[in-house]
Amino acid sequence: MRGRVLSLAALAGFAGLLIYASFGLPNRGDASAALNGPLSPAGTPNAATHYIRNPERDAKTPNMVTVILADYRGYDTMGEETVILTAGLICFLILRRTRSRP
Amino acid sequence: MTRNENDVIISLMSRVVSPFIMLFALYVIFHGHYSPGGGFQGGTMLAAAVILVRLAVGNDLAQKQFPRAWATPLGSVGVLIYWGTGFTALVFGGNFLDYKFLPLAMEAAWRRHFGILSIEVGVGLAVMGILTAIYDDLLEGDPRG
Repeated sequence: MRGRVLSLAALAGFAGLLIYASFGLPNRGDASAALNGPLSPAGTPNAATHYIRNPERDAKTPNMVTVILADYRGYDTMGEETVILTAGLICFLILRRTRSRP
Repeated sequence: MTRNENDVIISLMSRVVSPFIMLFALYVIFHGHYSPGGGFQGGTMLAAAVILVRLAVGNDLAQKQFPRAWATPLGSVGVLIYWGTGFTALVFGGNFLDYKFLPLAMEAAWRRHFGILSIEVGVGLAVMGILTAIYDDLLEGDPRG
């Protein structure tokens, strides 16, 4: 009982900490936030700004999500697809009955 | 999957609806450049069309629409299309998956456009094949299957 009260108190404290921390985040789409500008605080170009400005020029595609998914982040999508294939093959290996058993 | 095998309404409706779901799935895949959608979503809908018929008319009869033995090879073919596009760009002098170097007679931006289309088709086939294969594998353990 006492352990349960303790763990509930710890959970509530942790939730309060996270909610308090979330007030420090910038608003969604806030143009003045450092994350959304063309340059990062270190002075280097931000990747997100490049991805938003250039899909039409680079790939003649209005849907920037498609260009990010398949072109700029092509390696990531390749990994996802390979993960799907691996999951299917593992289902095959686990669930199919083998012929050798009666 | 077993009880309603002989229900005329369910069987007929699913057989009528399934091709239209596939058609819309192809639209989702090929229109992914201009609207929400792409290979993952379209592939899931293709698999839904196949599994709908499997559920409605029973697994044995549904083999005529999409045989069980095709599912896993189709998934592998999808992954091979993706990797093949990447290696084609590699062979023709670019980096892996750099569609600018695909051997197509058009300007670079359009080559990237069609490189994206090629891998979306690969993703769609892979997702369709694997989802159907997982359904068939799960059914294999069902004694009523």
